[in-house]
Amino acid sequence: MAYATIVGIEVVYAIATLILVSLGLAIIFGMMRVINLAHGEFLVMGGYAATIAVHHGVNVWIAILIVPPIAVGLIGLVVERAVIRFLYGRMVETMLASWGLSLLIVGLLTTIFGSSTEGVPMPLSGFTIGAYQASGYNVFVIAFSLLTLGAVYVLLRFTRLGLLARGTMQNAAMAAALGVDTTKVYAVTFALGAALAGLAGGVLAPVAGIVPTSGGSYIGQAFITVLGGGAAALTGVTSAALLFGSVGQAATFATNPVFGSVALLLAAVVLIRILPNGITGRYFKGWL
Amino acid sequence: MKIAGIRLDLIVPGVCGLALLFGLPIFLDLFSLLQVTLYAIMAILALSLAFIWGYGGILCLGHSAFFGLGAYAYAIAVINIGESTAPFLIAILVPTLAAAAVGYFMFYGRISDVYVGVMTLTLALILFNVVNSTSGAQYHIGKAPIGGYNGLPNVPGLNVPFDPDNSLDPGDMYYLCMGLLIVVYFGLRWLLTTRFGRVAVAIRENEKRVEFIGYDSRLHKLATFTIGGGLAGLAGCLFVNWGAYVSPTTFSMMQSAQVIIWVLVGGVGTLFGPMIGAVALSWLTVEVGSQQLIDANLLFGAILLVFVLLVPRGIMPVLIDRVWGRISLPRRPVFTAPPVAAREGKR
Amino acid sequence: MSGSNVPQPLIEARNLTMRFGGVTAIANVDLSVAEGELRCLIGPNGAGKSTFFKMLTGQVMPSEGEILFRGTRINGFEPHDIARLGIGIKTQVPNVFDGLTVRENLWIAASRRNRGKATERAVARELERLELGSIADRLVGQLAHGQRQWIELGLVLLTEPALILLDEPAAGMTEDETVRTAKLIGIIKQSCALIVVEHDMKFIRMIASRITVFDRGRILVEGEADAVLSDQRVRDVYLGKRAA
Ligand SMILES: Nc1ncnc2c1ncn2[C@@H]1O[C@H](COP(=O)(O)OP(=O)(O)O)[C@@H](O)[C@H]1O
Ligand SMILES: [Mg+2]
Repeated sequence: MAYATIVGIEVVYAIATLILVSLGLAIIFGMMRVINLAHGEFLVMGGYAATIAVHHGVNVWIAILIVPPIAVGLIGLVVERAVIRFLYGRMVETMLASWGLSLLIVGLLTTIFGSSTEGVPMPLSGFTIGAYQASGYNVFVIAFSLLTLGAVYVLLRFTRLGLLARGTMQNAAMAAALGVDTTKVYAVTFALGAALAGLAGGVLAPVAGIVPTSGGSYIGQAFITVLGGGAAALTGVTSAALLFGSVGQAATFATNPVFGSVALLLAAVVLIRILPNGITGRYFKGWL
Repeated sequence: MKIAGIRLDLIVPGVCGLALLFGLPIFLDLFSLLQVTLYAIMAILALSLAFIWGYGGILCLGHSAFFGLGAYAYAIAVINIGESTAPFLIAILVPTLAAAAVGYFMFYGRISDVYVGVMTLTLALILFNVVNSTSGAQYHIGKAPIGGYNGLPNVPGLNVPFDPDNSLDPGDMYYLCMGLLIVVYFGLRWLLTTRFGRVAVAIRENEKRVEFIGYDSRLHKLATFTIGGGLAGLAGCLFVNWGAYVSPTTFSMMQSAQVIIWVLVGGVGTLFGPMIGAVALSWLTVEVGSQQLIDANLLFGAILLVFVLLVPRGIMPVLIDRVWGRISLPRRPVFTAPPVAAREGKR
Repeated sequence: MSGSNVPQPLIEARNLTMRFGGVTAIANVDLSVAEGELRCLIGPNGAGKSTFFKMLTGQVMPSEGEILFRGTRINGFEPHDIARLGIGIKTQVPNVFDGLTVRENLWIAASRRNRGKATERAVARELERLELGSIADRLVGQLAHGQRQWIELGLVLLTEPALILLDEPAAGMTEDETVRTAKLIGIIKQSCALIVVEHDMKFIRMIASRITVFDRGRILVEGEADAVLSDQRVRDVYLGKRAA
């Protein structure tokens, strides 16, 4: 029983981190049809933001939950203004440009911080279930991911900003004709996606060592999740994370993490063959 | 271009290629010759992507997957087998089959260009993670460990086919790589004149029309992609031989990015440009690697950004325009078209 | 069946229906076209004409009903398989190879049925028939709209189909170009069946034939040109005065 609980927590944790790591990418892709290859670096910058804040004596919770989204959101705003806005509607160019950006950021981070591993102290201690040790922070990550998902849903569904954003993505020309400043909407949406990536980087900072190149270890999963999910950002990410998180974690338990990630890829490839437009391309149509 | 019935477009590169092949060993010392061998290998890798992206219109962002598979397949096979003839063929076969399998799922699933890019990139990322984290003794294929992040040192080199005692020295390797580069270049040129090649290009231009005419675009894309994967594997195999060493970096994002940058800088939709791009930027990589001032990621990131934003057609087409002063290239939009909202209701 | 002296239709749609989410673009359409027939399909914008063509060519899968081509059920066939059976289409939005020359465009289509020198000869014949010889080595993307339409027609003809679907072939053409297109259709109909979607009544009178009128996804009337064009319901539909 205790072991089953531990396994259960692990599986849910895998799903929750998938959601957290993919959400920013999914918002930017789902709302703006932009595939941001610098997503992993946005996460890493969130991690560095948290580390710097901790080094400057900021409370660890503020350092991982408040500082990273603000810092990376602002960087996202600059990136959108400086690069992405010139390429709207041209998906391939946007991908390549954001890849250039990704390399550029890795280079900058390496130049500034060197390539030694940084980290943030674990703010929560573990607890025991029966004979097993469980991580309290993992449970926090699960709860926080759900909270974030809910907050984004409320933001898109019930606020004026969300309405403007959804309207613009549906029909930019119409929105502009109705007096919406679409340029601003695009910029804010991109910044929101970036902030979510930064937040994910901050939240995961205590559990993952941070080096300039660690973006690569996140984006594989994030891409699979977003692609598998399809156009509806929130529903897509959630359903795909449920699927891939369980498959990956089951394979990890059965074998090891290496084959876990292989199983993840295989699941994604098969899913794409069956549902080329992702889960929400077929089911949950019209959902957010 | 024909002048007095002579195909200059074939003669000029042919003569240049042969002149380099036989001339360079006379003028260069062994160290420089080794460098040129590396450039030739990278040029083959560039050609493989130039073919599938520039002509087939298939955006493969994770080309290092096939390069790395070729490299590892050779290393693991040769450690197990010893004699290098079969390993050489296995090194081409494994990435070819991998490309065919992945391509089947992508093209028969009819996913859009952009998704193809992301899928291939993810493939490379996951292969990198897998190979990078299989360092223990429990991970081995036959006699060969996979080696994890340490890679595999001391990989035995190629020998004269079926003659294991007669291994190739660096001079031989130069002739092999340069010779194969020339063969691959003219092979692709020839392929592009065949019906298959022309249909592949037509798919890049308008996939729908190709199907209305009655060609199976899925099959053609699959074949194009598979050929590109196999050629990348060949380059990977030669690369291991060049350094007698293979590491997970052959699968890395940086490796994939480099190939993309070579093709982009040289000119998407040309074969010659990407070769030049590969040579010039490989040279630059070596130069950057030997100093501490600028980080390689920083430099290549900047190059990629600048070219996408300011010179999307690449250097070759722009140069050709300057020289001839007319619009001869590109004969099409530079990048593949945005995805058509494909086949609603069909699946 | 052997006792019947009604020839088997070339193409037959039975109870064909296409829904996009909540929109029903085509509803229970029955339509058949004989070998060698020239049929005009008219109807206001949004009537479902292009969607009908998309179903016939395998671009979308019908929600209900079936399509028979020479007796073979072709629903769910891939577009290239349908093309190989002998259905060609010139789409409403031109689908040509913009980055290739006129000659290269035609070569791709010609080499579907020809090999070697025969391909070059077929291309040359088509260039002559369409009077495109003078622009054979120009990039198609740089040509005028009318010329691109004819090139697309050439691409269709070179595959030697038994049935050609033309979706608004004269749209955006000048008066002279329209006349030439009508003449071309006259030539084409000697060798295969055609279904032509057009809005231009003058054009329809030029190629005068049997007409089927679509309205809101259904067949409104079907008959000979003169009768249909003088039908009050057809006029109402075109003028927007819908019967209640
Ligand atoms: N892919 C699609 N998704 C949703 N609705 C569509 C789609 N294609 C066509 N429609 C709808 O079907 C109807 C018929 O369109 P169409 O066949 O293009 O008409 P026509 O060619 O007669 O002008 C229109 O109401 C159109 O909005
Ligand atoms: Mg139409």
